[in-house]
Amino acid sequence: MRIGIASGKGGAGKTMLAASLHSVWPTQHILVDCDVEAPNLHFFAHPHIDQTWTVTLPVPQAVTEACSHCGVCRDICRYGAIAKFGQNIAVFPDLCHGCGGCFAVCQEKALVTGTRELGRIEQGSCGDTAYFSGCTRVGEVMTPPLLRKLLALLPEQTPADVIVDCPPGVSCPAVTVARRVDAMVLVADPTPFGYADFCLAYEAFHALGLPLACVLNRCAMPGNEGGDEKLKTFCQTHGIPVAGEVPFTREAAHALAQGRLLPELSPDWRTRFEQLCANLQRIFGEVQHG
Amino acid sequence: MAELLREIVVISGKGGTGKTSLTCAFAALAKNTLLCDLDVDVPDMHIILKPTPRREEPFMGGNKARIQEELCEGCGSCRDLCQFEAIREQDGHFLVDQALCEGCGVCYSLCPQKAIAFPEALCGHWFISDTRFGPFVHAQLKPGEENSGKLVSLLKKEARALAKSLGATTILCDGSPGTGCPVVSSLAGASLALAVVEPSLSGQHDFQRVAGVCAHFHIPVGVIINRYDLNPEGTEALESLCQKENYPLFGKIPFSGDIPKASQQGLALTELPGPLAGTVETIWQKIVQFQPQAQHILRPMPGKTS
Amino acid sequence: MTVIAISSEGPTLNDAVDPRYGRAGGFIIAKVPEDGGEPTISYLDNGEAQMLPQGAGIVTTEHLANAGVTVVLSGYVGPKAFEALEAAGIGVVQDMDKMSTGEALKQFLDGRCSVASSPNHASGQ
Repeated sequence: MRIGIASGKGGAGKTMLAASLHSVWPTQHILVDCDVEAPNLHFFAHPHIDQTWTVTLPVPQAVTEACSHCGVCRDICRYGAIAKFGQNIAVFPDLCHGCGGCFAVCQEKALVTGTRELGRIEQGSCGDTAYFSGCTRVGEVMTPPLLRKLLALLPEQTPADVIVDCPPGVSCPAVTVARRVDAMVLVADPTPFGYADFCLAYEAFHALGLPLACVLNRCAMPGNEGGDEKLKTFCQTHGIPVAGEVPFTREAAHALAQGRLLPELSPDWRTRFEQLCANLQRIFGEVQHG
Repeated sequence: MAELLREIVVISGKGGTGKTSLTCAFAALAKNTLLCDLDVDVPDMHIILKPTPRREEPFMGGNKARIQEELCEGCGSCRDLCQFEAIREQDGHFLVDQALCEGCGVCYSLCPQKAIAFPEALCGHWFISDTRFGPFVHAQLKPGEENSGKLVSLLKKEARALAKSLGATTILCDGSPGTGCPVVSSLAGASLALAVVEPSLSGQHDFQRVAGVCAHFHIPVGVIINRYDLNPEGTEALESLCQKENYPLFGKIPFSGDIPKASQQGLALTELPGPLAGTVETIWQKIVQFQPQAQHILRPMPGKTS
Repeated sequence: MTVIAISSEGPTLNDAVDPRYGRAGGFIIAKVPEDGGEPTISYLDNGEAQMLPQGAGIVTTEHLANAGVTVVLSGYVGPKAFEALEAAGIGVVQDMDKMSTGEALKQFLDGRCSVASSPNHASGQ
């Protein structure tokens, strides 16, 4: 089973949960960081990296002398990557989304193929857990193609569970990953902002037909009285099982800021996450990959 | 000639650093300012600002491909052309996965049977509203929809036009986390990127990435450290980073239950009596007075394409 | 004929130069006859390009190239827009903001500014 860890709001605690689950997960599993715009799982999981690839997008780079300047490539491009100034065709590879339309319509085969770096993919291990992660190039706006390459690396036929730290939010990067997992854990920050974003995340992922579960993070935060209850009521009304609650403490906040794992803080913390893990396995018990 | 319009975009890199809470607090303090929520994916400013919409408009985002069964002859060229793995064959029929369709229109343009429809989709709504802190431009994208970059650009255009007609001198925007498409769109043309950073390993790492994006677009970056007391070592590291990179450090805010407490009551932080209100006000004054100099504008990253 | 486009906050020579090029609200177009007579002035709206999440400068350049523009006066021209203007064979004068479009035009016609060879660095402050 592939389990995504997602949240509407950024900073709700996805990475904390993914890393904590990894440290208590009872069986063989694979750990994946898909939050490619802000990848942070490595701070907690300390992977040993064996291999790094650069991921590129095939883009039009230039036009050759064969170009008749007919402009059909410009007309099919919806991203403004090809312009026609007077009679001249000019290509702007930075704007390309890689749809391939220009190459398909050019009769003269006059477009030169180049590549644009989208980011990097790393493969390694954390102990006996296989680890994969992606990281977009700073300045690159497109994340879905990198995510598709990253997820394509995962073995299709494997008895091991896969824990995926998803991109935050509910737009294209999050949906790209959500389409490729079997179940989704939504991490909720029970503040008013967190509540609003959680509702949006529920709407987006429920519409994709994914089995969902919720983990409440930073429960009993001082000043946030009533927040936890409101979120639990929403979960109850919408039939989202709550797999666990992670309380707010200054000690935990300090440890997380330094990249330490909560289950390693004390036996109590460990038990809490073991229980959470068992609950998730029960909730998603019937879910198979595919 | 009218004073030039200042555009301040609040960013963070990492989510959940207190970006929106601070934007709302600054909104309460700012004079002659238009407010704008550019975090269109998961907008939250409305929770504090409680806007009264004066104008509501549909946002027609991108187009999405749909195969018209009755015209399709099943040649499969659309599936072969699609670079986004959005078209698949199922029991002899070709289907477009709407969630994966990028809206490039290649299948629509090149289908030999002209069997693909490509209707424009309603992706959300945008609003011009009144709030107790002034006019507010905001939007709501339908969950799971794309084209957030396009919506951000539309909001910025409307905000600029409105600011001009009202004679506002500043546009204060809440940006989105990360470094991708909506962030880049929200930074386009900004005069200051105001980063709310938390002193954690992740917070610093993600801030440095988004600061790199700002450098790429020649936008000066200013910093506020939030919850600085939760990790003093991390705060020290951030302070030396600011000094090294010439990021003006506008101030530091301690961890406080007042932040969730204010949001729970639907108030901006500065509307809640307490010591934080004064801290935030001092920070805002520094931001207002800040005039970026040449050393604040970073050099772009070398090498974009290969 | 020299055709000058000045990024503008409005449709008249009294409006301020828009410091942004690609995302300018519009352009004052000044056609200067060969004999050095009075330029004819018109306005080109650029509203549509402002809606583009990226590549506004490229679309803007297409519009200006179609209008026969030979030189652009603006505040800040980004690297990509600069590349587009070069490809279109349009000259660029930067740092012309903080004045009215009329003043910018006068400075150019008086020969008081130089055409740039690279994008400038300051963003709209």
